[in-house]
Amino acid sequence: MLLKQPLEFYSEPLCGVDREELQGKLIVIEGPDSVGRSTQVARLRTWLEHAGHAVLDTGMARGALAGKGIQQAKEGNTLGPITMTLFYATDFADRLENEIVPALRAGFVVLTDRYIFSLMARAIARGEDRAWIERVAGFALIPHAIYYLRAEVRDLVPRVVLGRGAFDHWESGMDMRFGADMHDSFVKYQARVIHALDRMAKRYDFVIVDATKTPDQIFRELQRSIGKLF
Amino acid sequence: MPPLVPNRHRGKLIVVEGIDGSGKSTQLSLLSEWLRSQCIAVAFSEWNSSPLVRETTKRGKRKNILTPLTFSLIHATDFADRMERYIVPLVKSGAVVCADRYAYTAFARDVVRGVSRRWVRNLYRFALRPNLAFYFRVPLEVAIGRILGGRNAIKFYEAGMDLELSRNVEESFRIFQGRILDEYEAMIQEVGFHVIDATGSIEEQQRQMRDIALRELGESLRNGVMRSSPGEIDAAQAAARIL
Repeated sequence: MLLKQPLEFYSEPLCGVDREELQGKLIVIEGPDSVGRSTQVARLRTWLEHAGHAVLDTGMARGALAGKGIQQAKEGNTLGPITMTLFYATDFADRLENEIVPALRAGFVVLTDRYIFSLMARAIARGEDRAWIERVAGFALIPHAIYYLRAEVRDLVPRVVLGRGAFDHWESGMDMRFGADMHDSFVKYQARVIHALDRMAKRYDFVIVDATKTPDQIFRELQRSIGKLF
Repeated sequence: MPPLVPNRHRGKLIVVEGIDGSGKSTQLSLLSEWLRSQCIAVAFSEWNSSPLVRETTKRGKRKNILTPLTFSLIHATDFADRMERYIVPLVKSGAVVCADRYAYTAFARDVVRGVSRRWVRNLYRFALRPNLAFYFRVPLEVAIGRILGGRNAIKFYEAGMDLELSRNVEESFRIFQGRILDEYEAMIQEVGFHVIDATGSIEEQQRQMRDIALRELGESLRNGVMRSSPGEIDAAQAAARIL
């Protein structure tokens, strides 16, 4: 049973936010690309709504300010790793201030498909300084729960091939050319992302969920755990 | 205070800072003309000019949806793009890069908007440390006189209208720029500014800049940075313009 206490920021309080006003729940689903996050977010949303909760679901690069700019920048071939990290951080800040905080004020359950952890893991996987990006992202609210859907790269590869049927340039880290082709680069890059997420697990109090289980098993596990937050 | 990234390359980075109306752009342009006349390869980088990020910044400003945090982050994104794509490669190549405003603009302005000093200094930690950073010190009233005399409208964010300091644009501008001035003054030692008295004549300020440049960078300017022979000066200037 969790004690009711106001949400906190990691290291950098946002100006203009009174934590006492944030009545909702902030739930994060994290994990590497193709691990099955969005499927779970969609099912959880329906389940929570049936249970009478108002739900906001949000995810990376969907903000009004920077979402479009990020998409356009990714279509070109000149997006550097630091620029990309900060562009995503801008989008995250915009969604935090303009979507997540207002929804929490209104008592919503905010279900977010990734949070600052993917952003940080991608930056770290690209060789950027861990302390730098952790401090940059320090304005984030500490969520009520963070579920880390964990799988090995060897589990992700079939999902990509059987799912979309092709490797994605950015999900393969091809901007950094980690390998000779998309497959090799994907394997190396995603392994680095997973390693970075693993290293955050303890520090940020992730609930680790074995993503090699069936979607139904994962969903039930998430339901059981989220149920305890209310 | 995180010290920025030391410049270990052949090229040099020279930056100018100061509040609007301090005359820094005029001085930087004169300095770069002088460097070019010495057959030195010079490139320019202006604040807030990345083509990759421009549309997003414009969207934020047009729709008035920027907060102190997103204002700070989008400008850092713009800066990162210029750093990764222009400034670092050019400095590596041996060029002298002249930047009109640098990370210090954010250190001053974003802090006035309400982000913490520590946070914004960390944000820009990836920036190359300038070889020379000039700060043009000018009393608020002098700067405001120059600005108001020189153009007709002060823009919303320029005046700090988002901070709701005053409903009067001119008054808001005055308070906002005054606070930025205080931040600049407070960081002189920390960041190692060369302070130029910007109330002096244009010629006197320029003489001081050139003296400092020769004193601090003389040997590199003579033997380190990318140069063309005197006969190639036109080509070098053309190249620098394209950069």
